[in-house]
Amino acid sequence: MITTTHYLMLSLVLFTLGVVGMVVRRNFITVLMCVELILNAANINFIAFSRQLGDLTGQVFAVFVITIAAAEAAIGLGIIVALVRLKQTVNLDQVSVMEG
Amino acid sequence: MNWFIVHFAQIVFYVLAACTVAGAIGVIGFRNPVNAALSLLGTFLSVAGLFVLMHAEFLAAVQILVYAGGIMVLFLFVIMLVRVRTIPEEPQYLRSLAPAAVGVGGLLAVLVGVGLWAAARTPIANPAALHQVQGISLGNTEAVGWNLYRDYLLPFEVVSIVLLVAMIGAIVMGRKEAGKEGGA
Repeated sequence: MITTTHYLMLSLVLFTLGVVGMVVRRNFITVLMCVELILNAANINFIAFSRQLGDLTGQVFAVFVITIAAAEAAIGLGIIVALVRLKQTVNLDQVSVMEG
Repeated sequence: MNWFIVHFAQIVFYVLAACTVAGAIGVIGFRNPVNAALSLLGTFLSVAGLFVLMHAEFLAAVQILVYAGGIMVLFLFVIMLVRVRTIPEEPQYLRSLAPAAVGVGGLLAVLVGVGLWAAARTPIANPAALHQVQGISLGNTEAVGWNLYRDYLLPFEVVSIVLLVAMIGAIVMGRKEAGKEGGA
């Protein structure tokens, strides 16, 4: 029997890997991918509790999370394109100065 | 063979969980962003499989369509567009491992505690409820649609505005600046 706890532990591992990646990596594109990992972990939690409670609200909110993830990816990648135009780099350490 | 049938859900869960975690490790570990993106694709597909396992078939389809179909293509497109390979790479692509380890360890401990507490307190329901609206048995997609458009119509509309704003923002940031000489 796979319980909600199993799913929570998996989502925990996924979330942690996402946070580690965000903190540790310097490549902007990879950092955005790590944000997607974190949102996926949140979705697993939503749906695991939706299953345990027998309530579809969790699935509805997972739809919203996926929408926000798509919006975030579009904005983030737009920023990357603009950044590469301005500075010819995707290294986050080199864009710490907000000078445009 | 009987053992296999009895434990089929567990086997599927552990295989998918292993693929999910392996993909996530790949996202962090690969130096080349194209490899990282393909590894992320593996994670998305495994998570879609987990959604099926949790009786969220509609979400599984949306996960594949939006993540694997949309977001992943966007990532790969931008990676190709900015030609990351031609950008000189730092010899050290990871930074500040020790503070990250401490912070993430603390976070992990808190989350394990909260997760176990919440899972233990939540009652277990019949999964058939995920296909029902007011006691009538429907498909999962139809049931989610009923919930979405009946109880959560306002958040749905707000999210559509968020998407519109994101779309306009991406276009504004992605276009060439009109005033600059030559452009990029």
